[in-house]
Amino acid sequence: MALDPLILSRLQFFWVIGWHILLPAFTIGLASFIAAMEGAYIVTGREVLFRISSFWIKIFSVAFGMGVVSGIVMPFQFGTNWSRYSADTANILAPLFAYEGIVAFFLEAAFLGVLLFGRKLVPRWAHFVAALMVALGTLFSAFWILSANSWMQTPQGYEIVDGRFVAVDWFAVVFNPSFPFRFAHMVCAAYITTGFVVLSVGAWLIRKGQFAEEGRLMFSITLWLLLFLVPLQIFLGDQHGLNTLEHQPAKLAAIEGDFRTETPTPLNLFAIPDQNTATDRFAIAIPRLGSIILTHSWNGTVKGLDQFPRQDWPPVIFPFFAFRIMVGVGMLMLALVIWGNWMRRGDRLFRSARLLRLFEFTAPLGFIAVIAGWITTETGRQPWTVYGLLRTADSVSPSLTGSDVLLSLVGYIIAYAIIYPAGWIVMSRIVRRGPEAMVAEDGAVEAGRPRHPVTELPALRPGEATQ
Amino acid sequence: MTPTLTLGVDFVLIWTMILGVGVFFYVLLDGFDLGVGILFGFAPDTAARNLVMNAIAPVWDGNETWLVLGSMGLLAAFPVAFAIIMPAVYFPIALMLLSLIFRGVSFEFRYRDSEHRGFWDHGFNYGSLLATFMQGIVLGAFVQGFTTDGTVFTGSSLDCFTPFSVLVGICLVFGYALLGAGWLVLKTEGTMQSWARALGRKTFLGVCVAILLVSIWTTVAFADIRSRWFSWPDIALLTPVPIVTAAVAWLEWRTLNRADSEAGPFIGAVALFALSYLGLGISLFPYVVPHRLTLWQAASNPSAQVFLLIGTMFLLPVILMYTGWSYWVFRGKVRADVGYH
Repeated sequence: MALDPLILSRLQFFWVIGWHILLPAFTIGLASFIAAMEGAYIVTGREVLFRISSFWIKIFSVAFGMGVVSGIVMPFQFGTNWSRYSADTANILAPLFAYEGIVAFFLEAAFLGVLLFGRKLVPRWAHFVAALMVALGTLFSAFWILSANSWMQTPQGYEIVDGRFVAVDWFAVVFNPSFPFRFAHMVCAAYITTGFVVLSVGAWLIRKGQFAEEGRLMFSITLWLLLFLVPLQIFLGDQHGLNTLEHQPAKLAAIEGDFRTETPTPLNLFAIPDQNTATDRFAIAIPRLGSIILTHSWNGTVKGLDQFPRQDWPPVIFPFFAFRIMVGVGMLMLALVIWGNWMRRGDRLFRSARLLRLFEFTAPLGFIAVIAGWITTETGRQPWTVYGLLRTADSVSPSLTGSDVLLSLVGYIIAYAIIYPAGWIVMSRIVRRGPEAMVAEDGAVEAGRPRHPVTELPALRPGEATQ
Repeated sequence: MTPTLTLGVDFVLIWTMILGVGVFFYVLLDGFDLGVGILFGFAPDTAARNLVMNAIAPVWDGNETWLVLGSMGLLAAFPVAFAIIMPAVYFPIALMLLSLIFRGVSFEFRYRDSEHRGFWDHGFNYGSLLATFMQGIVLGAFVQGFTTDGTVFTGSSLDCFTPFSVLVGICLVFGYALLGAGWLVLKTEGTMQSWARALGRKTFLGVCVAILLVSIWTTVAFADIRSRWFSWPDIALLTPVPIVTAAVAWLEWRTLNRADSEAGPFIGAVALFALSYLGLGISLFPYVVPHRLTLWQAASNPSAQVFLLIGTMFLLPVILMYTGWSYWVFRGKVRADVGYH
């Protein structure tokens, strides 16, 4: 079998961005959580907030470090593997990516040093400002990256000069039709992802008993927050879907598994879409529900894939199943947060070992939903990199051979297969040591000065000089 | 194509300057912390390794973000160059990224995953070394030029590995190591400082040989670079560059041999880098894809240049200010007993 540089480049992009996206999905929410804890600590002076914040800062530092190094890989992918895409879209997309780098990355990276290591070196308010700036930086990052991604999905404000996209209206480029929905949906997803990680860690700390005070506080705050965020996310997702129906009808048809245009349109709960025969096998469908959800009318028509040329069809099976996984996880989350908050009645929340044990396993939920949602949107817009204008097949670097890409892909697979499990081990270790240890490590802070020095470095082997 | 003029301003030149400064900042900042990573392998014991690591722990990730700015700036300002160069240096870039991944995560992992500390220490050391070497390969390949057809790279992914690019790779290893040694002299005291100074002297000799070899090779091998330096009247204008470089090299050697030098070795190393960088700029201007495409031929549309410039004018000074601030916060000698974790 000949190695296809196009397929391999796509696999490589999938691999490096799929692993990378897990970290922003977590750190965007965590940065805001830490800033909120730091702010509340300044206002109330409660030591427990300080301990919670310090604890999560340690975890944040590991996740952020991994996010930085896996993120640096991303811009280079555009050049090395997708040079034709880069050359054709640079006049529009490069400034957006560059703004992400300038505005946000620096805001994060420059203040991150102070947030992670500066507690003893700067006043308390400055440390809070650093936390706030890091949180803002993550949001700006998301803003520009999602603006660029959204432009690729719903391009506008451009003209084509000598076969290249050139901006004529920057406001229209940045605030393209799908951007507000995608941005809101992604930031909310990041907050929820972090929320379920915090719930999981909180539940574990409570059950463990030793750091129950910290565990209870972080669990309770987050559970309230999620009661608001999860329904909001379902609403935002619905709005995003309607936007997709308007601007990317072929993607929506693939998500719904609608090969044929039907009036009224049913809703496929389950099926195995068969691209070759353009049919859904083993379909379980509810009549009219598609019309009701997507057109908000009894007899509305949703375009099926039969309205589009075959060569413009996305690979239906991916968006179809990924979407169902995302929605399924969302419903599970909704059930969990409603049940958790219900259990507050009569103070049963922290007494139920069963509930706590269950919530310990909720940490992966957000990540699964994020990856599923991302597969939905990115495979659903195929076969295009710029929707309707530039094909994925015409975007790849012409000089690459299949074996070039295979070699680099193997490199990335090995590297990520080492560092991600290692990162997981390192973060679980921080959790197991608990918040108290973090404070000892940091030195309790009074007026920005350490109360006692810090000595927590790798031990010396016998006979080693201490210089 | 003639320079694009809008309101009488040549945005291509402005972006050339911004990118030039940005790349130089990257080379300087990540240069010293990659260099510290290279020297890390020579640290005598765990205590010394902890200290070496602490000397850059608070700043390395900020430094690496300049790499993102550099690559995105190149894409935004000179997309044609980006689209030719990046596929041409496919493997050096991939290997550099993989190295940076291992070295980046080692900061946390060597400390929190202590039973595998040896692995992460090697990851940090060899990661720094390989990332530097690959950056040198990229630079060498850039100087020697690429096979193109119009605006498309048509060579093979292995073209970039030549004796010249390997030489430049080795040179950059010595160069970054000298910067790293200068940084360690600045940040440490006592026996550690003497150790750093001794390493600085060794790497300095390597740097001198490197500058000489690369200068000779480029003038012999590339006719356009040779005529830039040796044609009249340019030779009169440019002669000061090698003379000043020689003078700075002599000062650097002196300060490396003084037991009370603190900032001297680092400043000297920075000056040597600045002069080499200037020399490179003189050799290549006005090409952004050497020997093939000029800055103006590879530039992006003015609307993109202006759109990005508006924000950059405001943000770049701010970035420089708080980058400075975060260095100020972590000023002074690094202590072995305070872990940046």
